[in-house]
Amino acid sequence: MSPLPTFSTMAPEAGLKKALSLSRPDIIEEVKNSGLKGRGGAGFPTGMKWNFAAAARAEEKFIICNADEGEPGTFKDRVILQEHADLVFEGMTIAGKAVGATQGILFLRGEYTYLRPHLEAVLAKRREQKFLGKQILDSDLEFDIRIFMGAGAYICGEETALIEALEGFRGEPRNRPPFPVNTGFLGRPSVVNNVETLASAACILQQGADWWKATGTEKSTGFKIFSISGDCQKPGVYEFPMGITVAQLLKEVAGEGAKAVQVGGASGQCIPASQFERTIAFEDIPTGGSIIVFGQQRDMLDVLHNFLDFFVDESCGQCTPCRRGNVKLLEGVELLKEGQCSMAYLKELCALGETMQIASKCGLGQSSPSAFLSVVHNFRAEIMGRTPSHV
Amino acid sequence: MLMTDRERLAGEIQALAEKHGKGRTALIPMVQEIKRKYQKIDSFAMQVIADQLGIHPVEVYSVVSFYAFLGSEAHGKYIIRLCRTISCDMQGKEGVMRQLENDLGITFGKTTVDGKFSLEWANCMGMCDQGPAMLVNEKLYTHVTPEKIHEILEECRRSFGVHATEQKEVHLV
Repeated sequence: MSPLPTFSTMAPEAGLKKALSLSRPDIIEEVKNSGLKGRGGAGFPTGMKWNFAAAARAEEKFIICNADEGEPGTFKDRVILQEHADLVFEGMTIAGKAVGATQGILFLRGEYTYLRPHLEAVLAKRREQKFLGKQILDSDLEFDIRIFMGAGAYICGEETALIEALEGFRGEPRNRPPFPVNTGFLGRPSVVNNVETLASAACILQQGADWWKATGTEKSTGFKIFSISGDCQKPGVYEFPMGITVAQLLKEVAGEGAKAVQVGGASGQCIPASQFERTIAFEDIPTGGSIIVFGQQRDMLDVLHNFLDFFVDESCGQCTPCRRGNVKLLEGVELLKEGQCSMAYLKELCALGETMQIASKCGLGQSSPSAFLSVVHNFRAEIMGRTPSHV
Repeated sequence: MLMTDRERLAGEIQALAEKHGKGRTALIPMVQEIKRKYQKIDSFAMQVIADQLGIHPVEVYSVVSFYAFLGSEAHGKYIIRLCRTISCDMQGKEGVMRQLENDLGITFGKTTVDGKFSLEWANCMGMCDQGPAMLVNEKLYTHVTPEKIHEILEECRRSFGVHATEQKEVHLV
């Protein structure tokens, strides 16, 4: 057992072989015991999700791998799919056995079309080796995976929007409940898991829940893949245990002296230097793995402007708080840049942000004001009383 | 007998519907394939797709207009998508944008008159550690700098000729 577990040290297909020897409830129990939480960012316990889908009664069920990685600053799934596609497909197959599904769908974002030939080749090889298809490894397990290409919409990372796209509709999130584990793709029970979650589940089956729990914190077990970019000397993809502090992480990537770090992408929080001792874990600063480092020279209003442009563009437009709210916040940032925002109006904008967090229909709208609120809270001295650039 | 373009398109859509199954789930894959081949989804194509799937054409339009990679309007043979999200922005996407606009003589959101190139913005394309990043159709370019733009465009122009000769075959039945 390696002291620092990584995807690279896993034995091929050992998790799948183990899963074939276990009963369905035992597989779910193992994943539950590990405390694995969804790696896309929301952090829903994976074992519980599988359990719900396993308990649902239906003629057919689906395992959907969410590879619609679109959060600004996130690129770990691309690297996992390039280097550890087998582990992801193995995880999907294990999930298929656990919940009783025979079909898997990899929802790959349109921007990653260039990955498709590689992934199709991996799938073809797995069928040849009897890791997919009917009678997997001569057991009675049947499971196969197909690839569906996304068409360029950040919102499809939200699981119900993703299902809408799969069904041939606009990617507009549905009301939840009912949750996809009961009423998902084509009204059938569907498990939607992130790429990294499925790969991690395959590792857990192989090495055991206790091995997974030995890393990380009590509430955030295991290791996590981080995508690190911005003002640091060594950007890239890293494997760190959960519970790492922002300062430790910055040291690893040679990004010391940063002014702030955006954890969790555009929909995450902006952490100022004074809080670099905080930990990255579900109980403190949650993240899907996106870390963007801002050096001393960066203007936090430029950063906010970029994020809000993103949300105005990517909001599906279905609910008012998100559709209009992000536009109002963007206009607010423009006012701040021009030095024309009163404190009273800034407070209004913050109240609007809090309303969006409560009243938006899906995760996009609920989390889109996070960056705005954390910058206003942590960098007030920097953003108030600007002199307009054209003076 | 020589086929009209419309007949040929209708035949292709019918074949696609058969390939992907005539359900609503076939809609996005069908639109993607038509768009890749013809660089546009016009109202005729939408009508034929709707007929094949048994839905109203406005349903097709609603989906086509929702997704950034679909869209009914015509685009160039090469769609250049430059990432504008934060990490690429901090790594100098502005200079790349200017050079693209200067070399092609169009602004973002437009297509050159010869129908070869379209310039579009993309939101985060997952290359944040190697920015600025740019997609030309499905091909990825990283660490793009303004001085590399000319060579990338020339590469497209050279392969454009190959495409053009392929397209010249006469379709007979």
